[in-house]
Amino acid sequence: MNMIAETRQKSLLYLENVSVSFDGFKALNSLSFVVEPGELRAIIGPNGAGKTTMMDIITGKTRPDTGTVLFEDAIDLTKKDEADIAQLGIGRKFQKPTVFESHTVWDNLELALNRDRGVFATLFYTLSTEDEARIEEILSTIRLTHRKDELAANLSHGQKQWLEIGMLLAQEPKLLLVDEPVAGMTDAETAETAELLKEIAKTRSVVVVEHDMGFIRELGVKVTCLAEGSVLAEGSIDFVSNDPKVIENYLGR
Amino acid sequence: MISGFVFRALDGRIVVAVAILLGVALLVPALNLMTPPDSALHIPTYAVSLFGKYLCYALLALALDLVWGYCGILSLGHGAFFALGGYAMGMYLMRQIGSRGVYGNPILPDFMVFLNWKELPWFWHGFDWFVFAMAMVLVVPGLLAFVFGWFAFRSRVNGVYLSIITQAMTYALMLAFFRNDMGFGGNNGLTDFKDILGFPVQADGTRAVLFAMSAIMLALCLLVASAIVRSKFGKVLVGVRDAESRVRFLGFRVENIKLFTFVVSAMMAGIAGALFVPQVGIINPGEFAPANSIEVVVWTAVGGRGTLIGPVIGAVLVNAGKSFFTGAFPEIWLYALGGLFIAVTLFLPKGIVGTVQQGWNSRKAMKAAAEAEKGRDEAVPVTQAQAAE
Repeated sequence: MNMIAETRQKSLLYLENVSVSFDGFKALNSLSFVVEPGELRAIIGPNGAGKTTMMDIITGKTRPDTGTVLFEDAIDLTKKDEADIAQLGIGRKFQKPTVFESHTVWDNLELALNRDRGVFATLFYTLSTEDEARIEEILSTIRLTHRKDELAANLSHGQKQWLEIGMLLAQEPKLLLVDEPVAGMTDAETAETAELLKEIAKTRSVVVVEHDMGFIRELGVKVTCLAEGSVLAEGSIDFVSNDPKVIENYLGR
Repeated sequence: MISGFVFRALDGRIVVAVAILLGVALLVPALNLMTPPDSALHIPTYAVSLFGKYLCYALLALALDLVWGYCGILSLGHGAFFALGGYAMGMYLMRQIGSRGVYGNPILPDFMVFLNWKELPWFWHGFDWFVFAMAMVLVVPGLLAFVFGWFAFRSRVNGVYLSIITQAMTYALMLAFFRNDMGFGGNNGLTDFKDILGFPVQADGTRAVLFAMSAIMLALCLLVASAIVRSKFGKVLVGVRDAESRVRFLGFRVENIKLFTFVVSAMMAGIAGALFVPQVGIINPGEFAPANSIEVVVWTAVGGRGTLIGPVIGAVLVNAGKSFFTGAFPEIWLYALGGLFIAVTLFLPKGIVGTVQQGWNSRKAMKAAAEAEKGRDEAVPVTQAQAAE
């Protein structure tokens, strides 16, 4: 009991016995999962394991039927909606790159910047030199400085993924949830993305959902394998990929 | 901060449009009032009122563009806000009739005397006061938009479902206003206006001033709309249109963003209705007809949504076409309108202004590409210098 309390106190994100079902289908089955501050974590698992549902619950898109979801050991995320949770400092990247295609790369980042998001604050917003510097900084992190004035629609698939990651950085989140960041990327882009995520994880926690085992090996972090809505195994990539249950449920398929 | 908001509005095209509108606001009344009727430059009074009507429609289309073109809310009920603004103005004009009505009752409008009412209903009080009536022109449509939007946007009603309930809203209001016991003149609506602020409504001078006011209000609303869409808020609006969930997960309250825009747009529509009524001399429940609201969508689409100027041009062109067709070939007008909408959807999906803009941009891009091609040898050192940077 003491140990649980301690883990909870230290955690950035704390899920305990979270269950949710859609029309009788149990998408999550008493899932428990902890992310510590500054941790980079990878999540694997077969289709329908509940990876995206878990992200939906953390970001307020879906309400769990039962269970505890705490942020920084104090904030009950099940009582908040998407905008609240984003403002608390949880950023989310979707599976399909979702950027504002009819805006320039620069404007995409400007919108994502962690500033007052109220109606009147945005109406009367003017770009300060400080914000400008921040956007420039993010542009160089995501390697898009040379395309800053182009419409996001004209970016390649990989660049859109990076732009979306950049938008999440602009949000200054404490926790970043990244859903399949390297889907559809070339090998070179995948390697660069792994570097980028490692760089980002230096200053905040990152949770990555991914199918690409090579990519996860490149990240070299703790791995959680989900199946049928609960945690199957957790540990280093070698440990998890040698687990017979994981092989049977996921890798062997 | 505020000055930044104002200056941003002054984009090149908007400045030209505003200048033209202000020029028209001076020139048309001048040509109407100061030239002799047989002069080639004379603009007859009926034409002044007709053009004034077009300008009101243009303002209504502009209001729709703000929610549809920028925020992606296809409102099929904007005619309701227009009509409510019109009724607010109509109620003021009714109270100005005083004892000059057919029944000569100093307080009650004719239709109330006819219905045997003894007292003015509570919601008619205050409308004899111009300032109050003008406030209601903004407040009533704004309040309806607020209440409607509060529920619709909070429960995340989107897309075609939202369009359908806006249509239902205007239809319900039409049925309500048709009823005599609602107290708005029922089927006949409000008409027989005598004067506005003491000036006879039918006089040439009053009509000229109403026309000028329509042009000025349209110019003003263009500036406000331009300031809104060019601010960071405007960029968020386009974000809501293109990727709503992304905006939500960035921490914006999408429902507040939509609500603000919807209310501002409804108020603009209300202003348009209020300027429309004294120029046409009547307001009746027909203005709530769903088909009217759909026509506004056609004007906006023809002109080019998401361009602000486009809907203004679209409204004027389509209505000028309507005036011409209904005069010359009344039986084919509806076919022409339907054909126009199909033609625009098929061949000009971005509308007139959107297509011109696109052609302009691609020409510029082609020129830039040609330049780059021509100067490729000289361009190499530059890119190297950039890379070194």
